[in-house]
Amino acid sequence: MTTHYLVLSALLFAIGGIGVLVRRNAIVVFMCVELMLNACNLAFVTFARQHGNLDGQLIAFFVMVVAAAEVVIGLAIIVMIFRTRRSASVDDANLLKY
Amino acid sequence: MQSPAEIDLHSGGVIGLSWLMIALPLLGAAVLMLGGRRTDRWGHLLGVLMSLGAFAVAAASFVELLGMSPAERRREVGLYEFIPGMADLGLLIDPLSISFALLITGVGSLIHIYSIGYMSHDHDRRRFFSYLNLFVAAMLLLVLSDNYLGLFVGWEGVGLASYLLIGFWQFKPSAATAAQKAFIVNRVGDFGLLIGIFTIWTTFGSLGFREIFSQDPGTASSGTMTAIGLLLLVGACGKSAQLPLQSWLLDAMEGPTPVSALIHAATMVTAGVYLVVRSGFFFEASATAQLVVTIVGVATLLAGAIIGCAKDDIKKGLAGSTMSQIGYMMLGAGLGPAGYAFAIGHLITHGFFKANMFLGAGSVMHAMNDEVDMRRYGGLFSVMKITAVTFVIGYLAIIGFPLLSGYFTKDGIIETAMHHNQILGWLAVAGAGLTGFYMSRMVFMTFFGKKRWADDAHPHESPAVMTWPLIILAIGSIGLGAFLVLGNRFMTFLAPAVGLPQELPEFHFVSTPGLATLALVAVGAAFAWFRYGAAEVPVLAPRGSFLTAFARRDLYGDALNEALLMRPGQWLTRIAVFFDNRGVDGLVNGLAAGIGGTSGRLRRVQTGYVRSYALSILFGAAAVVGALLYVGNM
Amino acid sequence: MPWLSILMAVPVLGAVGVALLPKGSDKLAKQVALLVSLVVLALTIAMAVQFSPNGNRFQFEEKYSWIPSFGVHYGVAVDGIALVLIALSAVLVPIVVLASWHDAEGATRALDLKSELIPPKRSAKTYFALLLVLEAMMIGVFAATDIFLFYVFFEAMLIPMYFMIGSYGGVQRSYAAVKFLLYSLFGGLLMLVAVIALYVVAEKNTFMYPELIGVIQDPTTQKWLFAGFFIAFAVKAPLWPFHTWLPDAAAQAPAGAAVLLVGVLDKVGTYGMLRFCLELFPDASKFFTPLVIVLSVIGIIYGAIVAIGQTDMKRLIAYTSISHFGFIALGVFAMTQNAQAGATLYMVNHGFSTGALFLLAGFLIHRRGSSQIADYGGVQKVAPLLAGSFLIAGLSGLALPGLSSFVSEFMVLIGTYERYAIPAIIGALGVILAAIYILWMYKRTMNGPTAESVKGFTDLDGREKWVVAPLIAVIIALGFFPKPVLDVINPAVDKTLDSAQVLDKKPVSTVAEKKGAGQ
Repeated sequence: MTTHYLVLSALLFAIGGIGVLVRRNAIVVFMCVELMLNACNLAFVTFARQHGNLDGQLIAFFVMVVAAAEVVIGLAIIVMIFRTRRSASVDDANLLKY
Repeated sequence: MQSPAEIDLHSGGVIGLSWLMIALPLLGAAVLMLGGRRTDRWGHLLGVLMSLGAFAVAAASFVELLGMSPAERRREVGLYEFIPGMADLGLLIDPLSISFALLITGVGSLIHIYSIGYMSHDHDRRRFFSYLNLFVAAMLLLVLSDNYLGLFVGWEGVGLASYLLIGFWQFKPSAATAAQKAFIVNRVGDFGLLIGIFTIWTTFGSLGFREIFSQDPGTASSGTMTAIGLLLLVGACGKSAQLPLQSWLLDAMEGPTPVSALIHAATMVTAGVYLVVRSGFFFEASATAQLVVTIVGVATLLAGAIIGCAKDDIKKGLAGSTMSQIGYMMLGAGLGPAGYAFAIGHLITHGFFKANMFLGAGSVMHAMNDEVDMRRYGGLFSVMKITAVTFVIGYLAIIGFPLLSGYFTKDGIIETAMHHNQILGWLAVAGAGLTGFYMSRMVFMTFFGKKRWADDAHPHESPAVMTWPLIILAIGSIGLGAFLVLGNRFMTFLAPAVGLPQELPEFHFVSTPGLATLALVAVGAAFAWFRYGAAEVPVLAPRGSFLTAFARRDLYGDALNEALLMRPGQWLTRIAVFFDNRGVDGLVNGLAAGIGGTSGRLRRVQTGYVRSYALSILFGAAAVVGALLYVGNM
Repeated sequence: MPWLSILMAVPVLGAVGVALLPKGSDKLAKQVALLVSLVVLALTIAMAVQFSPNGNRFQFEEKYSWIPSFGVHYGVAVDGIALVLIALSAVLVPIVVLASWHDAEGATRALDLKSELIPPKRSAKTYFALLLVLEAMMIGVFAATDIFLFYVFFEAMLIPMYFMIGSYGGVQRSYAAVKFLLYSLFGGLLMLVAVIALYVVAEKNTFMYPELIGVIQDPTTQKWLFAGFFIAFAVKAPLWPFHTWLPDAAAQAPAGAAVLLVGVLDKVGTYGMLRFCLELFPDASKFFTPLVIVLSVIGIIYGAIVAIGQTDMKRLIAYTSISHFGFIALGVFAMTQNAQAGATLYMVNHGFSTGALFLLAGFLIHRRGSSQIADYGGVQKVAPLLAGSFLIAGLSGLALPGLSSFVSEFMVLIGTYERYAIPAIIGALGVILAAIYILWMYKRTMNGPTAESVKGFTDLDGREKWVVAPLIAVIIALGFFPKPVLDVINPAVDKTLDSAQVLDKKPVSTVAEKKGAGQ
C-alpha cells in the first residue's frame, strides 16, 4: 500500500545522490542535497503512516528545521566563495587538502 | 677456636668504650672536612690528637684484655642494628683485632706526626689530615668489626681513603689516574669478597663471626668451603696487591709519601692477610683453598722482589718490596694455625720497618726537592745521619739480619713453609736472597757511593717532628721480632682468636733453611755492593738485559691488563654505545619514521574535492548497509 | 584527618595560586612554590610519624565513590612502601624548587650553542606551577589504592613533565619530550586495556586493588593481564630494552625536572611491579620471573657499559640509572624479603643519590654552558665544595659502603643470591663497572690541570649549598643508619610476599634455628 511512496522516496534520493556526485555547480549540488533530505522526509512520513504512530512525522519536522538552518549557512558560504573566487564550482574550492 | 658460649662476652670497662677508637678519627675527619679553611690553622693538630686518642683507647683496651684469662679474651661490643634481620654493627676485641688496632693507631699516629713536617708547605694540609683520619677510622672498623658486613664497610672505606690520598695531588693527571686505577682494581677484589660474603650468608645464615665460626664446618660441603675461601682470597688479592691484582700498588706511589708508608705499606695493604687469618675457619676446612693462598703468596713474593730489583724510583722499589713481603705474610696465612702467628707477626714488624723506610725515603725526598730517582742520590749518609741510620736499621730488619725484627718473623714463615712443602719453602728462601739484593742496592745507591745530585739540590736533615717518628719506628724494627717470636709469645697470645697448631714450634737459631737464607742474603747484598756500592752508578739508567726490562715494566702486568681487559673493554663500550644509538634507539626511531612515512602517503587521499569525498561516503554507506544485511541474514 | 587528600590538595592549590599571580612576579612565584613544597614536606613528616609500621597494612585510608556505575572509587591509603616513596617525593620537591631557581631564565644555559637554539626566557611562574601539580600527582600515584585512580594519576603525571621538558629543556627538547610522551603513552594504553580487562574478568564491580587480590585464578588470563601491566611499568622504570627515551628526556630536561623524572616518576614503574604485578598476578609473576631477571641483569650490565661510553654528563647519569633500575627490578622479582626490602630502599636511595648527581651536574652546566664532559677539567681546584659534593653523590651512585645506596644494593644482591645465585653474581659485576663510570667521569671533569674555560668557576653559593646539604646529609645518614626506613618497609614487604604467595627463602643455618627455638 505504501510501497509506491517508498519507491518514489528511493528514486528521489538516488537522483539527489547522483546529482551531488556529478554536478559541479555548488548551487545545484546544494539543491540535490535538499532533494535527498526531502526524500528521507518522505520515507519518514511513509513509515509513520505504516506503523501508525507519529515518530516519523516528528523527525520529518526536525529534518525540515535542520534543513532550513543548513540552507541559511550553506548559501552564505556559497555566496562568500563566489565573491572571493568568482566561481561557483565545487571543484575550484579544493584548498583544504592534505 | 674455642666455643665460648658459656662466658659472657659483652663488655663494659674500657673495651666497652672501644667504639671511640673509630669515632674519634671519624669525628676528626668530619670536623676537618666540614670546617673548611677555618680549621686550616689547627687542623693538623686535631688530626694528630684524634689519632693519638684512638691509640690511647686501643692501648687501654689491650691492657684490659691482657688482664683477662685467655678464654675470656673475645669481647664483643654491640653498637646498633645496621640492617635489621641481617647484621648489627658491632666490634670484636680479641687478640687478633687488638694487635691490628695497636699497629694502626700506633704507627698511624707516628705517621700523622711525621706528616705535620712533611706536608708543612702544602696548601691543603688540613684536607690531607682529614683523609688520614678517615683512613684510620675505616681501617679500624675493618679490623674491629665483629661481622663480615662491617668488615666490608671498612674494607671499602679504606679503599676510598686510599683513593683520596693517592689522588691527593689530583691536579697531576698521573696521580688522578693512579687513584682511579687503585680503586677500580680494588673493586675487582671487592667483587670477589662480596660474592664470598653472599655465599657465607646463604650457607651459614649469618654474617657474624661468632655465629659462623661456632658452627660445625662439616655442615657445608667442601666445595662450598673452597669456593668461599677462594672468593675471599680474590678480595684479599685486590686489597693486598697480590697476583694477579697487584698492578695498582706501584702506581699508588703517586700519593704523598706518608700515605705510602701508612696505607700502602704498613696497614691497608695488609688487610688481605687479616681477612685470610680471620676467616681461617673456611681455609682450614679446605686444603685446596689453603694451597692456592700459599701459591699466590709465593708467586707474589717472587714477583715483588723481581720488580724491586729493577726500580730506580725509591718509592716504587719499596712498593715492590711491600708486595713481596705481603707475599710472605700470605704464604704464612695459607699455612694454617702454624703460620698465622708468624704471618701476623711479620705483618706487625713489617709495619714498623717498612713504614720506617718509607718515611726515611720521604725524608730523603724532602731534602732533595722531591727527587725520587735513586740515580740522582748517593752519598747522603753524611748529610742526613738520623734518616740514614734509621733507614739502615729498617734495611737490616727487612733482609733478616740476625736478631733484628725481620729475622725472627720471616724466618718463622720460611721454616713453617719448609715444614709444609719443600718447594714453597725453597722458593721463599730464594725470595729472601732477592730481598738481600734489591734492598742493599737501594741503600747503597741512596746513602753511599758518589754524590750524583741534581745541581739545585741542597740536602739537609729533616726537622725533629719528622725524625722522631723515624727513631721510634727504628727501635720497633730492632726489638719487636724477638719479643714476639721467642717463646711463642705472640702465638699463645693470638690463640684465643685463631687457635694453636698441634705442636708449638721452637725457634732454631741454627737450621738449614735459616742458614741457607742468610747465605743467599749475604750473596745478594755482596752482589749489590759490587754493582752499586763499589762501582760507579750511571745517572741515566742503562738499557739492561731483557730481564731488567721485564722487571722495570712490572713484569708486564699493566701491558697484560691493557691487552686482556682494557682494550676489549673499550671496544665493548664502543660497540654497546653504537648498538644503543643505532640498534635499540634506531629501532624506535625507525618505527617512528615508518609511521610518519605511512601517514605521509595516506594523507594524499585527502584531495580537497568535495565530490570525491561524497563518493567515498557513498561507498562507505553502501559497505555499512551491506555488512548489516550480511549480519542480519546470518 | 584525611592526610593524603590534604597532601595532594595543598600543592594543587599552591599551583593554582602560583599560576594566578600577576605577570612579572617571578620571584614571588618561586617563593610561594618553595613555601608550598615545604608545607607539603612538613605535612608528610607529620603524617609519617603517625604511621605505625606494625599496624594495619594500609593506613590513612580514604574511600569515596567516584563513578558508581563502574565501581570506581577515589581510594587512597599508604603502606610502608608507598609511604617512603611519598616521603621521597616530598623531600625532593623543595630541593628541586630551590635548585631550579634560575632554570626558567634561559640565557646562561647554552652559552656555547648556536644562538637560535637557546631556549628563550620562559615564564618561571608556569614552571613552578607545573612542578607543584607534578608533586600532587606523584603523591597521588603512590597513594592510590583504586587501580583506576592509579591509572589516571599514572597518565596525568605525563602532562606537567611533558611541558617541563618540552618547554624548558635543552636544544633537542621537543624531540625528547615527544619521545617521552609517546613511549609512556604506549605503555600506559596497554595498561588501560589490562585495567579494563581486569575489571571485566574479575566481575567484582570494583577497581579497589585490595579487593582484587587473589581474584584472578586462571593462569592464561593472569599472564595476559600481567603482560599489560608489566610492559607499562617496564617502559616507565625503564627496563632494558625499553630504556632509550630516558637518556634523551633526562639529558634535555632542566636539571630539576630530570631529578623528579628519574628520581620519582620512574619509581612508579618499579613500584607498580611490586604492588600490582606481583600481588594481583602471583602465578604469572612466577612464570615471567626468569624473563624479568634476565632483562634486569642485562639492564644492569648494559646500562653500565653504555654509561662508560657516554660523552655527555647528563646522558651518562641517565644510563647509570638504567643500570640501577636493573638492580631494583632484580630485587623485586627475586621474591625474597631481603631483595624486595632492598629494592624498595633502593628506590628511595637512588632518588637521593642520582638526584644529587643531576643537580650538581646542573650546577656545573649552568657555569659552563655545556654538558660535554670534555669541556671540563680540574674543577676541584677552583670549586672544591662542588667537586667534593659531586664525588660524594657519585660514590653513593657506585654504592660505596657508608653511603645510602650500598645498603640497598647489598640487600638486593644478597637477597637475589639466596634464590638465584648466577644472576646475583653477574649483577654484582655492575659494582666494578659502576666504579669505572663514576670515577672516570669524576676524573675527567674534576681532576687534572684546570681547563681554561673552568678557571672562572665560582664554588657553590648559598642557595646551592642549601640544595646539596640536605641531600648529602640524607645519603650519609641512610648509609649508616637505614633501620628507621627499613623498619617501615619490612612489614609491607612481608605482606607483599604473602599476597604473591611466595615463601621467603631465608638461608638455612643451625644457629638461626637455635635462635628461633629460643624465642
